[in-house]
Amino acid sequence: MTATELGLPALGGLVGVPTADEPQKAKDYKSDQEVRWCPGCGDYVVLNAVQSFLPTLGLKRENIVFVSGIGCSSRFPYYMNTYGMHSIHGRAPAIATGLAVARPDLSVWVVTGDGDALSIGGNHLIHTLRRNVNLKILLFNNRIYGLTKGQYSPTSEEGKVTKSTPLGSLDHPFNPVSLALGAEATFVGRAVDSDRVGLTEVLRQAAEHRGSALVEIYQNCPIFNDGAFDVLKDEAEAARRIINVVHGQPITFGGGDYAVVREGFGLGVAKTADVSPDDIVVHDATDLNLSFALSRLSTQDLQHTVTGVFRNTARTTYDDAAREQVERAKAAKKPDLAGLLHGKDTWTVAG
Amino acid sequence: MSTDVGNGAAPSGTEVRKLDRVVIRFAGDSGDGMQLTGDRFTSEAAAFGNDLATQPNFPAEIRAPQGTLPGVSSFQLHFADYDILTPGDRPDVLVAMNPAALKANIDDLPKGGILIVNTDEFSKRNLTKVGYAADPLEDHSLTETYQVHKVAMATLTIGALENTGLGKKDAERAKNMFALGLLSWMYHRPTEGTERFLREKFAKKPDIAEANVLAFRAGWNYGETTESFAVTYEVAPAKLNQGTYRQITGNTALAYGIVAAGQQSGLPVVLGTYPITPASDILHELSKHKHFGITTLQAEDEIAGVGAALGASYGGALGITSTSGPGLALKSETIGLAVMTELPLIIIDVQRGGPSTGLPTKTEQADLLQAMYGRNGESPVPVVAPQSPSDCFDAAMEAARIALVYRTPVLLLSDGAIANGSEPWLIPDVEDLPDLTVTFATEPNAPDGTFWPYLRDPETLARPWAVPGTAGLQHRIGGLEKADGTGNISYDPANHDHMVRLRQRKVDGIEVPDVVVDDPSGEARVLVVGWGSSYGPIGAAARRVRKLGMPVAHAHLRHLNPFPKNLGEVLRRYDRVVVPEMNLGQLALLLRAKYLVDAISYTKVQGLPFKAEELQDVLADVIKGVSE
Ligand SMILES: Cc1ncc(C[n+]2csc(CCOP(=O)(O)OP(=O)(O)O)c2C)c(N)n1
Ligand code: SF4
Ligand SMILES: [Mg+2]
Repeated sequence: MTATELGLPALGGLVGVPTADEPQKAKDYKSDQEVRWCPGCGDYVVLNAVQSFLPTLGLKRENIVFVSGIGCSSRFPYYMNTYGMHSIHGRAPAIATGLAVARPDLSVWVVTGDGDALSIGGNHLIHTLRRNVNLKILLFNNRIYGLTKGQYSPTSEEGKVTKSTPLGSLDHPFNPVSLALGAEATFVGRAVDSDRVGLTEVLRQAAEHRGSALVEIYQNCPIFNDGAFDVLKDEAEAARRIINVVHGQPITFGGGDYAVVREGFGLGVAKTADVSPDDIVVHDATDLNLSFALSRLSTQDLQHTVTGVFRNTARTTYDDAAREQVERAKAAKKPDLAGLLHGKDTWTVAG
Repeated sequence: MSTDVGNGAAPSGTEVRKLDRVVIRFAGDSGDGMQLTGDRFTSEAAAFGNDLATQPNFPAEIRAPQGTLPGVSSFQLHFADYDILTPGDRPDVLVAMNPAALKANIDDLPKGGILIVNTDEFSKRNLTKVGYAADPLEDHSLTETYQVHKVAMATLTIGALENTGLGKKDAERAKNMFALGLLSWMYHRPTEGTERFLREKFAKKPDIAEANVLAFRAGWNYGETTESFAVTYEVAPAKLNQGTYRQITGNTALAYGIVAAGQQSGLPVVLGTYPITPASDILHELSKHKHFGITTLQAEDEIAGVGAALGASYGGALGITSTSGPGLALKSETIGLAVMTELPLIIIDVQRGGPSTGLPTKTEQADLLQAMYGRNGESPVPVVAPQSPSDCFDAAMEAARIALVYRTPVLLLSDGAIANGSEPWLIPDVEDLPDLTVTFATEPNAPDGTFWPYLRDPETLARPWAVPGTAGLQHRIGGLEKADGTGNISYDPANHDHMVRLRQRKVDGIEVPDVVVDDPSGEARVLVVGWGSSYGPIGAAARRVRKLGMPVAHAHLRHLNPFPKNLGEVLRRYDRVVVPEMNLGQLALLLRAKYLVDAISYTKVQGLPFKAEELQDVLADVIKGVSE
């Protein structure tokens, strides 16, 4: 949804970014570099989805920038025929913040992995979200460190047996959506790599959102964590597990057989037949508590997985505010370098 | 400039002695306002036309326990009727506001020096607190060694403010202005500036402003009327080069250099930073000047600060980050990325005592090797160092020039002594500032009609700066090794070897001015080489040994990477080369390695600047050794 639909001032995420003169195609966004992910890697699907989606925004390609960290997923910018920077591990949000602050005419995307964003870069991620920098952050969550060949990550399930944890991991995992909401992100969404339609819809809303948009993408790594999300890809299982939320609509799933209802301070799942329609929770993407409760419905074992847009709300972005401060200062005071250098107290030595 | 002092009246009834230079140290508790007092006296000296240099010294704790030795804060000021180079080795006058200040500083006062003490703080309790078994003011050895003036400053201040209706505690707080008034009287300082300053500073609290002015005048009148001071002193204005001057600290001058670099390049400036002593004032200063197109971003940590600066540079701004040693350590990886992506970036390191948290408020020069080599891989970064507070302005502009022309991160190595010290600055004419304008790439540059982000300028070896938003030049950069020219990822062994050497060659080839040797007699056989803030003490020491009839040459390095092209030849010209440093010999190590010169390394790491007198001894010894 756009801010307008929420009855908020219409300041789209792409305001200020110049639009293309001609219609674009997905292939316009493919760079000349050979894609080097493993065969069957979920990253391909996401790359294709993004390359097909971007032309629908109708932006000048040169005004789009992808900034990534380090990891398999972070190779993403090389494959995009836009501007791009493949930076260092965990730091993409920081670098993208500087870029976004300096350049209001760019649509800036961050590509990151579960290790990149939540381990080494966790600090930058939460601070970027709380500041609400106008960045679209695509978090490729394969629940493993791919590039370093298969160690557990901050989203791996407890007890995960990997090369670095032959006796099982001891760490309790992050729920990235809960984390982002805890940092008061203004936009949080989730999609599954194989669900092209769902992913594209979340991307569209993210792009139109002005502010930080965190999109968690469940991504399969067939080499080191194959099948991590298989239960969500089996049609029958998916119906029972995936709860796709849409702003303003009652939350039901499983072909309408199941519904989300209030339960204590949070939410629970009930058979639709067992509850009155009034008890079915209507999704409100501006309600932080509801969004957070929805994020808690998603469990590590994927018993239930909420997808779609959890939260979408307008708050002044950091970069807009930073520019506004500079503009206001400029309007109030002419830059006078000689005046600055002289200051208030000078004395003159005659020759 | 008028030399009238006081409220139109010159000190009367006293002997006036003319001096060419004086060093005053104000010392008190951190809550006593010694920095402000020193600052004001400095402004008075500046307004009077003296040359001057200052050095504050304060504890790392904001309010260390009152009256204790760790809580002592001091401000030393050297003013003269000729051009001076340092804040002075030792004070001629020590103002001690409490027993702790006396104890911490008395050993620096030479025999016969003037000691002015605030006796009100010399209670049994306060004396015990700092380990005085008996009142040192009652001790004859003190009164015999120094010219001691015991003044009940707090009592006198409270008395002077009796009719203001101010509470005793508030009144007592103005005693630092009493001290300032007394010293201003002793040294015939102009006073209107201080009164104006106090009225402006406390504009919102007129009663406090008035109290401070009254205390200031009370101090003055105390000198004038009590006859306990038989002598006053005059230090004539200095014969400095023609022009307009102001007093400036290193951090302010550095911030102004950044503002000027933004103006002269026509680029917006983005400072990404994280607070750290002694660099924070650069952030504070720059955040006041947003109307110059300066964005300041206080990031979540140093890594984010430099990341944001680099991101801004990628977008076509002048990205700056400021920090001290511990922060530089955190920034290493991002600086490496800037080396690889060949983007302009200025990293300011205001060095402090290390390792680790070390001595946050003290000075040191021990980050040189970190600046040179503190990154993984072969990662050459130009290094520029200012030599004095006012020189920070030029050094910052020079760092910007190198960053913009050569598309490279540049390390600017200041230090705590420079950052907080101040001196007069001959304000440059804005018209004379260097032009730093840059050209962004706008067209494809490769033979095949495409854009190659790593096709270099044959002269500077700089790559094109193609900022996002430029049609047709879309490209990807990053930390992975890239093929020469195209910039595509390359793991080719020969290409990597080539690129490593190319990046080194680019930095080695940066045009920097030749180092200038100061050897007035032309007969020196000993050369002293320094860098950074030791310029003052080395220069002063060189003057002293020359006065003793021993020639010595002094070369001071602004450029530590690359070194000036004539440096090797300069080093070989002398029988001995001495390198004094506030570290364990980092520049000496570089000079020995690069020029095979048997440099004598003289080092000290006490968190304090060198004293001219100790360097004088060091130089004299070496010179005697050579002539024997
Ligand atoms: C400073 C630093 N530490 C460690 C690494 C090694 N490293 C590269 S990628 C990575 C983990 C990547 O995991 P994730 O972000 O989940 O990305 P994926 O490969 O799974 O897409 C690690 C530890 C590095 N490149 N840099
Ligand atoms: S290791 Fe896994 S995540 Fe990385 S490219 Fe291969 S399949 Fe994809
Ligand atoms: Mg991963």
